[in-house]
Amino acid sequence: MSGVAVHLEGLRRTFGSVHALDNLDLEIAAGELIALLGPSGCGKTTALRVLAGLEDADAGRVLVGGKDVTALPANRRDMGMVFQAYSLFPHLTAVENVEFGLKLRGRRKVPGRAAEMLELVGLSSHGSRYPHQMSGGQQQRVALARALAIEPAVLLLDEPLSALDAKVRVQLREEIKRIQTEVGTTTLFVTHDQEEALAVADRVGVMKAGRLEQLAPPADVYQQPASAFVADFVGLSNRLPGIVSGPIISVLGTELPLVTPAAAGSATALVRPEAVHVTPDPEGGASVLTSSFLGSTSRVTVTVGETLVVAQVASSLLPSLTPGTPVRVTLQPVPVALDLSLS
Amino acid sequence: MAGVIAARRRKQRVFRWAVLVVLGVFFLLPLAAMLEFSTRNSETWPLLVNWPKLSDTYPDLAEGIVSSLEQAALTAILMLVLLVPTTIWVRLRLPKLRRFVEFLCLLPLTIPAIVLVVGLAPVYAWVTYFLGGSSLTLVFAYTILVLPYAYRAIDAGLSAIDVKTVAEAARSLGAGWTTVIVRVVLPNIRSAVLSAAFLTVALVLGEFTIASLLNRTNLQVSIELLGKSSATMSVAVSLAALLLAFVLLMLLSLAGGSKKEQK
Repeated sequence: MSGVAVHLEGLRRTFGSVHALDNLDLEIAAGELIALLGPSGCGKTTALRVLAGLEDADAGRVLVGGKDVTALPANRRDMGMVFQAYSLFPHLTAVENVEFGLKLRGRRKVPGRAAEMLELVGLSSHGSRYPHQMSGGQQQRVALARALAIEPAVLLLDEPLSALDAKVRVQLREEIKRIQTEVGTTTLFVTHDQEEALAVADRVGVMKAGRLEQLAPPADVYQQPASAFVADFVGLSNRLPGIVSGPIISVLGTELPLVTPAAAGSATALVRPEAVHVTPDPEGGASVLTSSFLGSTSRVTVTVGETLVVAQVASSLLPSLTPGTPVRVTLQPVPVALDLSLS
Repeated sequence: MAGVIAARRRKQRVFRWAVLVVLGVFFLLPLAAMLEFSTRNSETWPLLVNWPKLSDTYPDLAEGIVSSLEQAALTAILMLVLLVPTTIWVRLRLPKLRRFVEFLCLLPLTIPAIVLVVGLAPVYAWVTYFLGGSSLTLVFAYTILVLPYAYRAIDAGLSAIDVKTVAEAARSLGAGWTTVIVRVVLPNIRSAVLSAAFLTVALVLGEFTIASLLNRTNLQVSIELLGKSSATMSVAVSLAALLLAFVLLMLLSLAGGSKKEQK
């Protein structure tokens, strides 16, 4: 099965005085999985609901496979959807839930297809259970099977993992990725969890106030954030003062290339903790303030003069970096973004 | 210490039984009296269960029973047809109107039946003009009268499921609005709909004021009429009607209970 391209064109939607969607453009290639990421209220869920037909846009068009579906109601849009809240029909068993959409479409071989879908999500032995007899993770799997059973043109996932506990969440997101790759359905995944977005998406769209701040592969969003907002929202960043001259900024004595050019003068650079190296050095001019063990890696806060710098270090180095230890801080020369909100 | 607790417990038990006995006597004594009175004439009860003979002997009573049963059935149907789609629609599409609809539905509870009749009389002059003076026309007034109870029951049923999400899931799977209501929402509020219907039937079977003041016939009106000619029979019918209402309410609580078991 091959996917269908989706095109959102100039979508606008206001709730009262809030612009949930502010001229949003988004192209999803056939078979691609795009994750929309952003803080709550940024419009990501509205974008998904407009695509699903559950919400009307004030302006703009929705194209699926080149066909304008803006005026079509939700039940004629051919989309499979998984919701944040548990959405299985409580009076039907797992297999009846999966069959629901198939029967509405008058498909033949309904039971076979439903069993096949349950097997795809690894629940073939749970077909006769009612939703209240299943765990949250299992319910969301059945919901995924139900959404995919109708072979939708587009799969819409509206924070499907946010109600689950951490371990199930990681498990299920990997499974979603596997199934999506296997089935090849064009997918829009909405989440506020950056780790989730980076892990599953082919491209991540970071949204702010109804607009896309950046749409790029996960590594690019993380390593070359297009704006301070993206740098700040995705991953942790140190805000370090520096001096801009030409295409570089000088921070703590190290010259770092800029992601986007800026006017010369003093500025604040956003530096990832893993780009900060800390080594014990009596002459280093810095000292460890706190350290916290996080498992395979650890986090160390260092004071350099009056500046606090957070560094990510291998946990094996932690014993040599007890609070008070004099250290030297060096920065890895990777491109950095500037925090324009302060200047 | 243990002695004090045991003594307190014993006191509580005695108190509990005392309350139960007093209330039991309060409720059951009139019923027992009715039973005793209605069995003084040994022909009363056999006649009551012999429909052809009953309708021959007391044609007014028979008419009252039939009217009341018809009214109960029609009111239940009209109430469901009006209320179920409305409450679902308000929840799905017009959540802002929910308070208003609730207020509107609870309003009949605050208006005494006698006041209601004063307002209904001129309306019923028109109803009689257009539809005739049949006792079945009371169904319109009764539908309004049962709204508070029926609304509560159905609203509670809808609160138990996430109507919005479930409806949206069904829509995204290709279901139109009719399918959403009939195949997804209704099966999940079945017991609530049943309770609303049972309450309606119980209420309509017990209604007297409006029927009497609007000069229509129903069970209670005919019982009152019968009381003037045959006291034992009228008491026997009252008792039978009460027992029927008890059975209905029992079925209602059973319907509610089976749903809890499922969960």
